[in-house]
Amino acid sequence: MSANLVALWYLAASVCFILALKGLSSPGSARRGNAFGVAGMVIAVVTTAAVVAKGHIDLILAAMAIGGTIGAIVSRRVQMTQMPELVAAMHSLVGMAAVLIAVAVVNNPGAFGEHDPLPRGNRLELFIGSFVGAVTFSGSVIAFGKLAGLGKKFRLFSSAPVTFRGQHPLNLVLALVMVGFGLAFFLAEGRAWMPFLVMLAIAFSLGVLIIIPIGGADMPVVISMLNSYSGWAAAGIGFSLNNSMLIIAGSLVGSSGAILSYIMCKAMNRSFISVIMGGFGAAEGAAAAGTGDKTVRSGSAEDASFLLANAESVVIVPGYGLAVARAQHAVKEMAQKLIARGVNVRYAIHPVAGRMPGHMNVLLAEAEVPYDQVFEMEDINGELGTTDVVLVLGANDVVNPLAHEKGSPIYGMPIVEAHKARTVLVNKRSMAAGYAGLDNPLFYMDKTMMVFGDAKKVVEDIVKALE
Amino acid sequence: MTGTIDPTVINLVVFVLAVFVGYHVIWNVTPALHTPLMSVTNAISSVIIVGAILAAGPSEADFGSILGAVAVGLASINVAGGFLVTQRMLEMFRKKAPRVDKK
Repeated sequence: MSANLVALWYLAASVCFILALKGLSSPGSARRGNAFGVAGMVIAVVTTAAVVAKGHIDLILAAMAIGGTIGAIVSRRVQMTQMPELVAAMHSLVGMAAVLIAVAVVNNPGAFGEHDPLPRGNRLELFIGSFVGAVTFSGSVIAFGKLAGLGKKFRLFSSAPVTFRGQHPLNLVLALVMVGFGLAFFLAEGRAWMPFLVMLAIAFSLGVLIIIPIGGADMPVVISMLNSYSGWAAAGIGFSLNNSMLIIAGSLVGSSGAILSYIMCKAMNRSFISVIMGGFGAAEGAAAAGTGDKTVRSGSAEDASFLLANAESVVIVPGYGLAVARAQHAVKEMAQKLIARGVNVRYAIHPVAGRMPGHMNVLLAEAEVPYDQVFEMEDINGELGTTDVVLVLGANDVVNPLAHEKGSPIYGMPIVEAHKARTVLVNKRSMAAGYAGLDNPLFYMDKTMMVFGDAKKVVEDIVKALE
Repeated sequence: MTGTIDPTVINLVVFVLAVFVGYHVIWNVTPALHTPLMSVTNAISSVIIVGAILAAGPSEADFGSILGAVAVGLASINVAGGFLVTQRMLEMFRKKAPRVDKK
């Protein structure tokens, strides 16, 4: 195949990828979009395979068969509540693939149709692609561990921020040293393995170091950021191989992840830098101790079901607690029971509820909650004042009215305004403070009733009481 | 103006335009589909398999082609896993018929 023809097929594949992303603008067109994505990938792979047709195509097919089988099995087995872990794991694979390719390029640039030794310009790009790939890999492994709850076995994976003195200066020094070796690689003659490998080793450790201080509830930002990095890594490799396919697909993914990070940061009213610096919520649980003389009204699931059944309108606010308890199916059942009694039931989703962008939407979709009952925070906030009962399930900071008070650490964060409803029901496991380590005045309001317990258990009890 | 354009410059042109396209397309994605967006972008970024195939390809197999083959395997996990899991999620968003009796 001529180089021109290859480039044109890559163009076709790129257009497919753009259409795949465009399809996600509505649930109706999304599946067709995914089909475009698959088509794009098939075109890209077949075109490239044709380029190397005279080489070790058997080796390639074998690797593809093994990888494809593993991927297919995992995609079938994974639970919807495990989606954040899965995505983190997949980011790490892209990062690792980028690193392996970079090493192969240094080893034999001729195989990629490059000059041997590799020209300076391509080396600079290779340096960028491989260090971003390495950071993506080790960072995603840590993120995976935090999301999968491996913190109990290895402190490195603790979902609480892991911080130590001199952390940020250390990261800065490491980053500078890494850039130094990158420059040495850029300027060296010949293969220049030494600076390249040292640079990679530092990049791997930097990936670990920049993710460990970031706590669990900031995961939506981290996972979007790693998503973005995996794209930039692909684009970087594309630059060094002069491969437009990799550059285009990588840039699409890179900008997607960057936009998601921005949306997530905005939903927490925090700057990207402050999230990355980490350590937020390190004082978890400590602040709740100061609750002192304030009293909380708590009730049973039966009390809750009575309030819900007699309401005209109910808004359910799901949070990470719902995902942990896997309560989505029970919630759907409860909502159905209430709807059968003529109650208007809707859901209010905060953008950072859960551990990744859109986490709550997927869980509710899995339970087959009709999506016209599911509302984004800003679309439903105006109606909460006239809502009879708001039921908060395993959410805390996203309904904390302190966000409206000047001087509080979360001042300015957009929240689901649950406190405006006539009655508020809050399900939590205990009175412990949320991720931000803040007390939540919502829990002490006269109109609030707390229902303690595991979200799934409580909702199931409510369902029983409704019968 | 004479001479040919350096490939890096062409790459840069492609890159900047692709970032623009990405920026505008992604802002139109509905927030409810942000998780499928992440899984599909994941699958798309594993187009890095193209580089892996080139690395594994040369007829004289060496150290680099073994690394390439491993990279092909890793990227294939993502390609298959990413698209299939996205499909699974999107099926869930489809199942429910839109309700007409809105209050």
